[in-house]
Amino acid sequence: MFDPHIPHVAVIEQRIQEAPNIFTLRLRYDWDVEEAYEFDPGQFNMVTLFGVGEIPISIVNDPLENTFFDHTVRVVGRDSDGLSRLQPGDRVGIRGPFGRGWPLARMKGKDVLLITGGLGCAPLVSVIRYLVRRRDYYGHIQILQGVKHSNDLIWREQYEEWGKLRDVNILLAADVATKGWKGQQGMVTELINQITLRPQRTVALLCGPELMMLSAIASLREMGLSDGSIWFSMERNMQCGIGQCGHCQIGPHYVCQDGPVFNYSDLADFLGAKGF
Amino acid sequence: MNSQTHLAHNRRPGFLPRGDLSLLFSALKEAGYQIVGPRVRDGAIQFGPLDGPDALPVGVTNDQQPGHYRLQSGDGQRLFDWNHGPQGLKPLCFAPREVLWEESSDPFGYRRTLPEVTKTAVIGVRACDLAALSIQDHHFLLEMRPDPHYRQRRESLLLIGVDCAQSAATCFCASTGDGPALDGGYDIGMSELDEGFLIWSDSDQGRAITDSLSLQPAEDSQLEAMLQATDRAAQEQQRKMPDAEELLQLYKRLNHSHWEDVAERCLSCGNCTAVCPTCFCYQAEHETALTGDAAEMVRSWDSCFSPTHSSMGHFQVRSNSKQRYRQWLTHKLAGWQVQQRRIGCTGCGRCIAWCPVGIDLTQEVTAVLEEGSLYV
Repeated sequence: MFDPHIPHVAVIEQRIQEAPNIFTLRLRYDWDVEEAYEFDPGQFNMVTLFGVGEIPISIVNDPLENTFFDHTVRVVGRDSDGLSRLQPGDRVGIRGPFGRGWPLARMKGKDVLLITGGLGCAPLVSVIRYLVRRRDYYGHIQILQGVKHSNDLIWREQYEEWGKLRDVNILLAADVATKGWKGQQGMVTELINQITLRPQRTVALLCGPELMMLSAIASLREMGLSDGSIWFSMERNMQCGIGQCGHCQIGPHYVCQDGPVFNYSDLADFLGAKGF
Repeated sequence: MNSQTHLAHNRRPGFLPRGDLSLLFSALKEAGYQIVGPRVRDGAIQFGPLDGPDALPVGVTNDQQPGHYRLQSGDGQRLFDWNHGPQGLKPLCFAPREVLWEESSDPFGYRRTLPEVTKTAVIGVRACDLAALSIQDHHFLLEMRPDPHYRQRRESLLLIGVDCAQSAATCFCASTGDGPALDGGYDIGMSELDEGFLIWSDSDQGRAITDSLSLQPAEDSQLEAMLQATDRAAQEQQRKMPDAEELLQLYKRLNHSHWEDVAERCLSCGNCTAVCPTCFCYQAEHETALTGDAAEMVRSWDSCFSPTHSSMGHFQVRSNSKQRYRQWLTHKLAGWQVQQRRIGCTGCGRCIAWCPVGIDLTQEVTAVLEEGSLYV
């Protein structure tokens, strides 16, 4: 009988230092028969560090890259600090993928607006890679990315590459900017006023701090986007990944199972309500 | 519910004289069951292993009030004139603490640890707790991801239910539709009369036992007494849970001033979630051997009243008693309706009796649903 609690062993193939406190682990399952690892952009894995703990981490690849999967992690606590010390050849436990990812089918043929703040970009990077790889199926792509400090921006080269693609518009903002910063100074939400969009043809994908998303959603609705076309990724205390342990509930919704990607209309009553 | 119809469909009781109850115990033992049932321990009714009917609580009744639970002993011969103790069936299926898996560093890997179980007959289970078990079954045995640990324990149980012939002051199962008469979810049903027991089965495993008891046919007057007892118990109930549809309004009342009022009394101790037969939250944590080369993933009951329940590392989503009590109540009475199509309360009233300050959810929810001072 399948046991949803038991991790599968995965081996670290590569470790990439993205920024002083941010690293990526490229993992491959420790199976004799190599099987494709199937997931949707926006889903996450529970990553277990031997003897320490288990934390939820987004998958940042395109799903076609299915012989390995990447987790980009910022060091914030005991588990992530422990993971940061692992080297190629070391092993971790993986359960997943869990949850509901971005609404890929609904995005087809539409303009896509992606708004992210902080390392909130991780759940969105997978979908950016997905869109870029299938560029012809989507309309205008706009990426608004905000960071606290200009040094926090990771994947700079990728952003530059994406920016060169046909009809892809990238706007960057940093609260604190150092010399040489090519983006703007300020908050990501200020960038929304600088773009034009076709409200009937646009799907918006958001990820980042809740206050940022609330403010962005208010602006988008003012610009004429319908509630059904606004999607965002939520973060809560996720432990089991299967809607069982009860921690991540927002009202009647399990973030780990019904999310982490939600449509705005599903969570409108709870977004911004303190305690939910 | 119409009791007569209920009787016609489900119950074909036979009669077992009081002095012959040991026959039921023998039949269970012969069929290979260990027997668990109610005993008096530390001043409360608690389920534990029973050798025979002599260990059952003779003449014991209970006085349950907000923040109050006392057993009383009388001269009576009856064995089931109490309602319930602090725990129902929950600990028997959803263990308070258990190891989910073990890991070792050499060879590196994870190994499942399933509980060792013995066929167990649980005697004296109440209708509210059977309803609660079916709610927990729904949560832990979902088709797409049944929990192997829960399932192992659950499948080992033979459930022998008993009608409630009386209600405690904290009971309100009649208003949630879950009692006081048994209504499914058991293998063998019992109703206690002064002269003995009416017994019937509701599953093949149950029938295998009752068939071996050579029960006497029940007399009409006995059937009448059985129905009257549960009707009387229902009428005795002083508390009432509002209708499910009305409870869905709770999510529209997140800013009601009464949440502050409860928070002034609530200690966030988590007693209510510990005694609640439906609360299912758990945490799973690594426990590492001193040698460092092995560890276990240990699952234990958690509570939405604990500070870590909503912890995101750098902050808590629910940082105070107001938010935690509101989470508990709105989930139990509204959220559950979205998740399981029924409320997560079966009217057992344990959270009222075992709350150290006597908070009464039926009163609190009624206050929140009343048009009151809303604040932002």
